[in-house]
Parts: sequence; structure tokens; C-alpha cells
Amino acid sequence: MKTTRAHAVTGQLVVTCAAAIAVVPLLGVLIMALREPDTRDSTIRLSDSFHFSNFGAVWGLADLGAALASSFTVSITATLLTVLLSVPAGYALAHFRFPLRNTLFVLLLAGLMLPNESLIIPLYFDFRAVGLADNLLGVILVETALGLAFGTFWMRSFFREASPEIVDAGRMDGANSFVILVRLLLPTAVPQLLALVVLTFVWSWNDLLVPLVMLSGGRQFTAPMALAAFQGQYATDYAYLAAAAILTALPVVVVYLVLQRSFAQGITSGATKG
Amino acid sequence: MTSSLIAGSRPVPRSEAGPDARGQRRRTALVGIGYLAPALLFYAVFLLVPFFHSVYLSFCSWDGISPKRWVGLDNYRSIMGSAQYRDAFAHSFVLIGFYTILTMAVALVLVGFLGSTKVRGMVLLRAALFLPYVITPVVTGVAWRWLLAPDGPVNAVLRAVGLDGWARAWLGDFDWSLPSVGLIGTWMLLGLALVLLIAGVQRIPPDLYEAARLDGAGPVREFLAVTLPGVRSEVAVVTVLTVTAALRNFDLIYVTTQGGPGSSTEVPSFLVYQQAFFVGDLGLASAMGVLLTLLILVLTMLTLRPWRKG
Repeated sequence: MKTTRAHAVTGQLVVTCAAAIAVVPLLGVLIMALREPDTRDSTIRLSDSFHFSNFGAVWGLADLGAALASSFTVSITATLLTVLLSVPAGYALAHFRFPLRNTLFVLLLAGLMLPNESLIIPLYFDFRAVGLADNLLGVILVETALGLAFGTFWMRSFFREASPEIVDAGRMDGANSFVILVRLLLPTAVPQLLALVVLTFVWSWNDLLVPLVMLSGGRQFTAPMALAAFQGQYATDYAYLAAAAILTALPVVVVYLVLQRSFAQGITSGATKG
Repeated sequence: MTSSLIAGSRPVPRSEAGPDARGQRRRTALVGIGYLAPALLFYAVFLLVPFFHSVYLSFCSWDGISPKRWVGLDNYRSIMGSAQYRDAFAHSFVLIGFYTILTMAVALVLVGFLGSTKVRGMVLLRAALFLPYVITPVVTGVAWRWLLAPDGPVNAVLRAVGLDGWARAWLGDFDWSLPSVGLIGTWMLLGLALVLLIAGVQRIPPDLYEAARLDGAGPVREFLAVTLPGVRSEVAVVTVLTVTAALRNFDLIYVTTQGGPGSSTEVPSFLVYQQAFFVGDLGLASAMGVLLTLLILVLTMLTLRPWRKG
């Protein structure tokens, strides 16, 4: 009995320490962001006054308002499009029989492994040719395509596990496949849909390479792009950098914390099924 | 799929399914294809076509302006023949050592300590553990560039405990820049690995641990005989996620070192961008991207195969 209690205490301690390792550097950034700006001194110490004005200053200096607006436009639209396209696709792969079904599924699954690096060159030149370069729409389209592989795979596994009685009951009542999907299946898919929403939002928000190349003309930029550029200009102004970093990460952190159960479920079960 | 193909191509006995039933089945198939088509079209236009276009470009010499010239395997030969590019791939494997092997080793040891015990406040702890994985990599890079700065907090801590000799410009040091980037990766992925492994451990029936204890197994034997086999599929998943992260770390390199100092942290993912959009050697950059894809594909397949069959 004694050993099991010792075991439990060690276990608790171990996980708590790991969580602290994850959080402490981030708390450091938070403290740094409130220090007096422009000191070129990167040591960390709690100053006697908190400089909340740093946030206002970097908002203007890094043009973060415009950057965050672009990032929200890209991430929200790409997330909606991903859900809108992968729900019917997962439904088709789970509930319908048609030629080449498994081949198409494997093809979509391969998309999980394609790195952006292998797409970006043709995308840039082809998008420029059709006027989608330096255009948020171009970024939205690519981010959606990148989310589709996971989305389709994720919704397919939900629809495969959804109880067949629901579908059968719907068919008995003479409901067509669309009514069965929207009225009967989707209301039971809310946790899966939320997981898909939070994962796609986080992935599309965090991506740097695609917007960096697609928006290289400089007219528009996302928040991670703005932060990277800001670091280029204010390389050692750590209080400003920390403030800009916090503003860039805040939306994903908030979305993640609000939907954290769904996120954990998505990563854990999604990963294990893959 | 095979059964539906056969059913569609072979005449079905009339008693089982008349022309009506066959028409019905065909209609259902068409509806299914209709549901799949929009996603498939999107996926093909924005992912598959660019990828194959990239493969085509990798066999060409092209600067983005003058006409493309077919050069066969020349780009691949230049990559293999250049010490700088070979080093970039070698750096990727060093990073896999940190992102995957070190992360996995630490996470497994922690899980070994944890065993089958339930952790209190797991929802809160899990939220914290995932945070480094969720946070924008550009933000992570900016944060660690400060933390590892010559007079930054990490060096301050080292000096405070009397390890003055260890303090250095971590990301600006020829020997330490690559391991430093690697350790940032370990920090990003450790929580993710731990949460996934804990989820696996908690699916192991507690009787197995009791049985091991009754057999007089010590903590090490218990770990090797019960815990490790129980989390095999989680280990595979964490391996795939972390290897992919190690190979696709453009964001982190871009904001921390830009490949430097010298070429000490150059990796394929960063060289694709640099060669394409600064040097303008699009054929070589495409070949680098294709090799990166192959590497991810091969390593993923190698990792996932054993437990898929089992």
C-alpha cells in the first residue's frame, strides 16, 4: 500500500514538472512583455511598474491590427471551407460504394504526408499567373487543401463508427441521403466537428511558409509574418518582441483553451487511428 | 471496393437483383461520388497537381523567367554531389535525434515513473503540456531566441549556479546552434508525446500491473514487460508526428538562425525556400522538396508498418 502511494506521488510530481517545463518559458515571455521597452537588456526581472503600453506600441510598429485581421480572415475561411468539404467527403467514403473508393481514400491519406515545401514553388508561379498571388484568397485555398486530407480522414472515421441504426431508421422513413446526413448524423457529430475546427484553425493560423511565399509582394501579411518581419527590425528589443509574440499567439491559445477537450481528443484519437 | 467493382461489371442473377436494383445501386454510387467530388477536386487542384508539377520541375533547370530546360537527374546529382546539401540532410537527422529520440526517451522514462497511477488535475496539466505544440512556431522561435540570447535568461541561470563556462551565444555558436534548435524542438514536442503515451498507458488493464507485481517484477521489468508493449501504437504515432516536425521545421529555422551561423543549421526545408526565392534555382529547390517528401514518406511507412500488421 505504501509503495503504491509513493508511486502515485512520484507520478503526480513527474507530470506536474513536465507541465511546468512547458509553461515556465512562456511565463517568462509574459513577464518580459511588461518590462520597460528599448533597454537592450535581455535579463528577466520583475520591474516595479508594468508597461502594458508595450502592447499598444507594437500594435502600431508591427502593423499587428492589419496582420491579425488577415490571419483571422484566412483561418476562419479556411476552417469553414475545410469542414464544408470534408464532411460530405468523409460521408461518401464511409457510407457509399463506388468504383475506386479505397484508391481515392489512400490518395487523400497520402496528403497527410505532403510537406508544404514540395508544393510551394509551382503554387507560387501558377497563382501569380492567375492573379491569386498577393491575395488572401490564394492562401485560403492552399490552407484549405492542406486541411482536407486530415478532415476527410477524420470525418470518415466518425461516419464509419456512427451507429448504422440511425441511418437505417432514416431510410425506413424515406429520408434521402442528404437529410440523413444533416438531420440525423451531424447533430451527433458535434465533438468531432469541434475537434476538426480547432485543429484546422490552429494549423492554418500557425503556418508561415505558405503566406510568406504567396504574399511576398508585401501588400498583405499574416500575424506570424508580421512578427517575423518585426523581429528583423527590432532584433534585440526583447520587451517589444515579447509583446508582439503574445499578440500573435493569443488567438490560437484562446481558441485552443476554449476547445481544449476537443483538441486533445482530436490529436489523441486521430493520431492513433492514423 | 473490389466487391462493388465486381458487382458492377458482372451480370447479377435476376432473382437477386432486377434492373431496378442495379439502377438503384448505380444511382447511389453517383450520389456518393457527388458528395466526394468537391473535396477531391479541391485536393487535386491545390495539392496533387502542384506536387506533380514540383516533381516535373525537379527534372528541369529553371530560373523562373527564361524557358525551362529538361536536365534529367542533374538537380538530384548536384544535391548528392554537394557537401553543403548533404550536410543539410545530415542536420535533419541530428534534429530527428532531438525531436524524436530524445523526446521519446524522456517521455517514456516519465511514463515509466507514472505507471498506471491516475493523475489528478489531468485536464489542466494536459492543457499546459500541449501548449508548446499549439503555439505558433514563429512565436516559439522568437521566444527562444530571447531565452537563449547571450545575456538571456538561460545563460543568467547558468551563471547563477556557477556554470559560467557553459554560458554562450547558443544560437550563434557553430557547435551549439544545431543542438539548440533541436532542444527547442524537444520542448515543443515533449508534452504532446507525454499526453499521447499517458493515454496509451491508461488503456492498459490494471490487472497486468498487479500480475507483474505479484510475479515480483521490479519497476524496470514492469516497464519493459507491461508498459512498453502496451503503448506500442502510441510510440509509433509519436514517432511519425515528431519525425515529420523535425523535417518540416522551416518556421523555427527562419526566425532563429536562418540556417546560420555559416551553414551550421541549414536544413532541406529552409534550403527549398532559399534556393527558390533568393537564389532562383527553382529546379534544384524542387528536387530538394521532392527528396524531403520522399524522406517523410519512407520514414512514416517504416514506422507505421509493423504495428499495422500486428
